[in-house]
Amino acid sequence: MSVLVYIENTEGLLKKSAFEVASYASQIANLQQTQAVAISIGDVADTELQKLENYGISKVLTVTNDNLKSFINQAYASIIAAGAQKEGADIVVLSNSFSGKGLAPRIATKLEAGLVSGAISIPTFNADSTEVKRTAFSSKAIATVTITSPIKVITLSPNAFEVEEHKVSAQIENFVPEIATTDFNTIVKEIVRATDKISLPEAEIVVSAGRGLKGPENWGMIEELADVLGAATACSKPVSDAGWRPHAEHVGQTGIVVSPNLYIAIGISGAIQHLAGVSSSKTIVVINKDPEAPFFKVADYGIVGDAFVVVPQLIAALKTYKGNS
Amino acid sequence: MKILVCISNVPDTTSKITFTNNNSEFNNTGIQYIINPYDEIALSKAVDLVNGGADGTVTVINVGDVSTEPTIRKALAIGADQAIRVNATPKDAWFVANQIAEYAKSNDFDLILTGRESIDYNGAQVPAMLGELLSIPSVSIAKKLTIEGNEATIEREIEGGKEVLTANLPVVVGTAEGVAEPKIPNMRGIMGARSKPLEIVEPIAVAALTSFSHYETPAIRSNVKLIEESNVNELVNLLHTEAKVI
Ligand SMILES: Cc1cc2nc3c(=O)[nH]c(=O)nc-3n(C[C@H](O)[C@H](O)[C@H](O)COP(=O)(O)OP(=O)(O)OC[C@H]3O[C@@H](n4cnc5c(N)ncnc54)[C@H](O)[C@@H]3O)c2cc1C
Repeated sequence: MSVLVYIENTEGLLKKSAFEVASYASQIANLQQTQAVAISIGDVADTELQKLENYGISKVLTVTNDNLKSFINQAYASIIAAGAQKEGADIVVLSNSFSGKGLAPRIATKLEAGLVSGAISIPTFNADSTEVKRTAFSSKAIATVTITSPIKVITLSPNAFEVEEHKVSAQIENFVPEIATTDFNTIVKEIVRATDKISLPEAEIVVSAGRGLKGPENWGMIEELADVLGAATACSKPVSDAGWRPHAEHVGQTGIVVSPNLYIAIGISGAIQHLAGVSSSKTIVVINKDPEAPFFKVADYGIVGDAFVVVPQLIAALKTYKGNS
Repeated sequence: MKILVCISNVPDTTSKITFTNNNSEFNNTGIQYIINPYDEIALSKAVDLVNGGADGTVTVINVGDVSTEPTIRKALAIGADQAIRVNATPKDAWFVANQIAEYAKSNDFDLILTGRESIDYNGAQVPAMLGELLSIPSVSIAKKLTIEGNEATIEREIEGGKEVLTANLPVVVGTAEGVAEPKIPNMRGIMGARSKPLEIVEPIAVAALTSFSHYETPAIRSNVKLIEESNVNELVNLLHTEAKVI
């Protein structure tokens, strides 16, 4: 028995979610009195992988192969499943990231394992079943899912789980699984990264604006506010539908679901479909000129006021605060 | 081109979500059901790709009991040529994916489209499970899809950017916004849907591996603290000292 956790990197650097899943997996391993083994695919320096030992990982399998420099869903899934078999893992953990969502169902199918996507807490282990909590109905509910299969695959929701340091020492091992050539069925042609921007699903602070901003030309202050806070920017659906902002920024029931520490909603009414995507944020601030806007009902802090007045003042106040601290 | 589109029947987005039976079951009293919005994007794309029937056929498949038929008819009204209903209450994604894979195995599709996830259970599991069960590539969250000859070019989202990849058909694609504009059925479509074939297939035996055993509704936030428009310093202060988020 062991817990296997898949560690993602971006161009050789471990992602923020990597430490979340490592910490999550090692806490599960602790509960089960077994060890947490990480698996990394692609070129990641040993010094980078060694960082995982701060989060309770005692062994790292590293798979480097010229064919694996870019993400090949089928091949990556085969490797992780092979790693699980090699380590006798009965629990496989991934991040519920864009890639994790593509990998986990394939791994679960290979291992005939029950899969829980987007877990928000550590599982509870009973004699003949395992229970895991996750959100459902687009964050309008929290569900407890029971897994009955011997092997379990769990993807962890980003930002849902507090990373905890737990220092052990990790041994790094080259792992060379056999991969069928038929697993190399997709070819990555191009990767476009908005390098200066913070990734929305992983962001700890999100500044989001809606139709109340009147037009794309007014997003300068939203970006400036996000800059001051080190936040990602987001928007409501009509804003991306109108082409004011890219689709990738649209949050809500039919967009990205976020759970940052702080969500600031500016000129967004708070329609039920929008709230579904943001309600698991830890703190919500609403700035809206309409005191009746439904968003105030789910907010922690609110300012009833004109965004064009409040936002510039808020930027100034934050700059002063940041300058003093 | 033969396209299969997987359709899920979900509560309307405005639904108030409540539970019965000691919070162990979704309460569907008074709930309106719709085609899962992401599946609507998949279907709209499929209808575009076959050019009104000139370049192929679109089959929709749903795993569900008889109550899902209005949703299936709506899919036919949007432009699918025929529909399959696997006559079973879906138990989990594993169960659903196996039913669809079973049908797909004997029907050589060039392209299988699903929504990126359903808005009820949000598992996002079916597209990649289907890919694995059929031993073909799958892309779970596609923002763009073009087909040229035997090759699909797909843009998928990654954290902080996007990735463009190609794959030979057949392939499974889970569609998100951007792939197509959702189509609205017109009167002719609605009339025509009534006479399009809807075949009912009995399920194969598959044991579910997971089940939803209990639900809670998220804690309601205590009352909002309102801050004067002229006093943004107070907000900054509260975010620092009380919420501890900056
Ligand atoms: C199937 C379906 C799925 C959907 N999915 C989503 C989804 O995923 N995400 C999503 O966001 N929406 C979604 N919607 C749309 C949703 O119902 C709302 O229409 C949308 O969220 C409203 O966007 P908004 O708040 O930006 O605009 P509005 O509702 O127009 O609100 C604008 C707000 O700005 C305020 N305002 C105006 N001027 C100012 C000012 N100067 N200063 C401060 N405040 C000002 C107004 O008081 C108002 O509250 C969906 C709808 C459907 C039918």
